[in-house]
Parts: sequence; structure tokens; C-alpha cells
Amino acid sequence: MLLEVRNIARIRVPVRTYFLFGMIAAILTGAAIVYSSQTPAQGPQSGPNTQSPVPPPSASPQSGPPEAATSPFSAQPQRSGLNIVVLDPAHGGVDTGARGTGGIRESEIVLELALQVRRALELQGFQVVQTRQGNENPSFDDRSATANAQRGAVFVTLHISSTGLPGTARVYVNADLPPVADSNGLIPWERAQEPFLGLSRKFGDLVQGQLTQRFKGSPDGAQTASVRQLRTTAAPAIAVEISSVAVENRAELDRMGPGIADAIARGAAAFKPSYVVASTPGAAP
Amino acid sequence: MTARWKILLIGGLVIAVVAAAIYFPILRRRVKLAAKLQQQSEEQARRELAQPIAINPGDPRVKAKLFWASDALDSTLAPAVVELPLSNDPALRSKQVLNTLLAGPVDAELRTLPPDAVLLAFYLLPDGTGIADFSEALATSIPSGIASEQLAVDSIARTLEANVAQVQRVKILIHGQEVETLAGHLDLTGAFVVNTRPASLPSKPAPSAPTRAPGMLTPEKAPGKLAQPERKP
Ligand SMILES: [Zn+2]
Repeated sequence: MLLEVRNIARIRVPVRTYFLFGMIAAILTGAAIVYSSQTPAQGPQSGPNTQSPVPPPSASPQSGPPEAATSPFSAQPQRSGLNIVVLDPAHGGVDTGARGTGGIRESEIVLELALQVRRALELQGFQVVQTRQGNENPSFDDRSATANAQRGAVFVTLHISSTGLPGTARVYVNADLPPVADSNGLIPWERAQEPFLGLSRKFGDLVQGQLTQRFKGSPDGAQTASVRQLRTTAAPAIAVEISSVAVENRAELDRMGPGIADAIARGAAAFKPSYVVASTPGAAP
Repeated sequence: MTARWKILLIGGLVIAVVAAAIYFPILRRRVKLAAKLQQQSEEQARRELAQPIAINPGDPRVKAKLFWASDALDSTLAPAVVELPLSNDPALRSKQVLNTLLAGPVDAELRTLPPDAVLLAFYLLPDGTGIADFSEALATSIPSGIASEQLAVDSIARTLEANVAQVQRVKILIHGQEVETLAGHLDLTGAFVVNTRPASLPSKPAPSAPTRAPGMLTPEKAPGKLAQPERKP
């Protein structure tokens, strides 16, 4: 009888043990599940933040970016008339822009092209400010801010297209911006280009005319497009886009460099007499 | 008894730890796979929902004007007339014409939108603003550049203008989100003007063609003569 009880007790021990094992295993498994289920969720959070910085709500003509204080031109006596060209080699850094099948990268070519355009502009007596010197990628607003801090400047952003007839070049000016409610007389940063649209069109037509003389098949006048970079730029502003990264040999694009540079410089020189510069940087004409 | 319990307890713990160590990487892989599958099935569901809308044979057949790239002029659009049964409901009609635009012309070279892009949704607000929500591919597969991006947006705006009088402007979203640019150049923060004229045609939505859940478009039901979508190399 006693033996039987013992036997029962002996039998019960493994059952309890299994229960304990089960409990411990369950706790450990639970912890593993919690840990591993958190891991994939952390992915997007730790990924690169692709959101662009929120632009300032509005910029008065007087408000300048930090670059204004360090600009080599701010210390110089203010000259009247157009004397500065802000050159923007588009893209840069992780943003390569258009890429050709032959490995041509827009961001690299426009940086080299900017040097040629710079030299041609300097020969025409312009001072040149670049939005980037190397393989950096300033935001659209940072690039616009470089231009908006200057007095008597025009803005030229340089691009290479993915499409279009190779060996041609197109000038774009910003499309009309839809009207908005009163902004207390200040130029809203988001629509800084609006007061300059007429001047941009004139500047664009002059540069396009020069380009079309050199590159047959290019359009006769500047085109309109909703170019993000131009919208926040408070100066006569154009985009010059060259066709294209689809060329088999990048030498074809390199050969266009001197002609592009000369056309932009001559276009800017021709535009100079028609630009009455406002008293403050970025102010409406 | 107590010593035995201790041994059993330690033994149990050791086994549990070993078992957990073996099971942990397997579990982690399975959880990751499950998350990926869920993501894929969500995207699949969205794509299936967004498949071209079945054409209602009861809809009146009209000569729709679709704007694809011109084969004569560089970086310009040319209208192509395609006979389609189109709904009188402006939102549904917009979806039908945009899906036809996405399907592409006979000559795939004249496409303005990437072949893998999908219209996920189209809403028409009472003020005449159309909200066109496209899949990520519209931004990632389009050739980057001012000319190509402007041509894509123009083809959307002009196709809506030619076929849906009620759409006054169009706002383009990518996967439900407002984005700064289409592919690095074209400004998508605002809406594009489609039509400055007041809406006149069609006069009222036909009661026989209510907005319904989009169905699948089989090749047999594909509107007009359309090229098969092709991926660019
Ligand atoms: Zn570019």
C-alpha cells in the first residue's frame, strides 16, 4: 500500500518537472519572440530620413541665410546692377541625378561643367558664387538661400537630362505659380520666384537664343516647367538642361561644355542692362 | 528529494537555455519572413485593387484623347484618339483615362509614364481638385530630368483636361504621400492646373454608372489598341 503511494509520488515528480521545464521554456521563448518581433519594426525608424527639412514659413527680403554673413561679397561695397551669377551644379552626394547606361552621372558632369561656365562668366566680368564646390548635396532651400542672400544676382541651375535629342540644350523658367491669399507684403519663401517670373523669362530667352545658335535642334525660346529649385529662388532664375546621359560616350557631352559656358555667359551679359536690381537681397524687382 | 529537485531544476534550465539558443535564430528568421510576406501581400492587395477598372459595356463609347509623347517633335506631347466606353461619373472616368494613359500607346517608345507605375486611387474633391495617387514606381522608374518629368505630368494633366471637364486641377501623390519632387526635378508640392473652364460636360453623372469597386482588366477587356507594358532596359 505504502509502496503504491510512493510509486504514485515517484510518478508525479516527472510531471511537475515537465511542467517546470515547460514554464521556463515558455518564458525564454516568449522573450525571444518579443526581441525578434521588435527587430524588423526598428528597420524603417533607423533608416535614412528622406524627408526634406521644412522650409521657413516665409522669408522677408531682409532675412538672409547664415551664408550671407560669410559671403565674400557681403563685405564688399554694394554695386548697382547685375554683377553676380549664382551657379548651381544640381544634385550631388547620394543624389546622382540622371544616370546613363554607360555609367554617366549627372551630378559629376554638372560639377565639371560649372567650372567652365564660371570661367566664361568671369571673363564677362561677373562674380560667381557656387551652391556646391564638391560632391555635396545641399537641399533645394539651401541652394536657393545662397542666391537669395546676394544682391544683384541671377541664378542658373545646371542639369543633364535622361531623354531628348542628344547634343541639344533647353532652358527652363518656372511655370506660373497659382495665386494665394495676402502674405502681408512679404515674399513667401515657398513662392520667392513669383515676382521674378517676367525677368526669368527674359533671361531664359536670351540664354536659349545663344544655345540654339550653337546647338542645332534646341528650341527657339525658354520653356516653362515646374522646377522645384527655381520656385524658392528670389532672383531671375533659369535651369539649363543638356541632352543627355543616354549618349554612348561622355566625350560627346564634354565637347558641349565650352559652347554651353559661352552661351550662358553671353546670355547673362545681354540680360545685364534689363535687370534693375532691388535695394535688398531677394527683394522683388 | 530536495537534491533531486535541484538537479532536475538545473537540468531543466540548461535544456531550456540550449533549446532557446537553437530556436531563437529560426524564430527570428520566421518573424522577419512573416513581416516581409505581410508587406508584400499589402502591396499586392493595393495593386490588385488599383488594377485598371473594368469597362462597363453600358457606358457610352466615346473618342477619348490620350496624350503621349510625339514621335515627330522632341519632348512634346501629341494627342492620340482611342475609342473607349467611359463612365459619366467624373472620378471613375478619370481613373479610366489615366489607366489607359498608363497602359501606354502602341509604340512603347512614346510612353510618358513608366510601365510599372499604377494608379492606386483617384478622388475628386467638390472644388474640382483631382487627387491622383500613383504607386512608388511613378517616381522611381521615370527617367530623371526636367524634360521627362514635365512631360509625364503634362500628359496626366492634358489627358484629364481633354476627357474630364469636372477636373480643374490635379494633385499628384506617390503611395498616398505628398512628395517634394517627382524624380528630383519637378515640383509636386502644389496642384497642376488642368482646366480653367467651368465644368459643363457631361452635365450630370449617369445614375446607371455609379462608382463601383474596381475590377480586374483582362487583356480581352483592355480598352482600345494598347501596347503591352514593357520594362525599359
Ligand atoms: Zn537634374
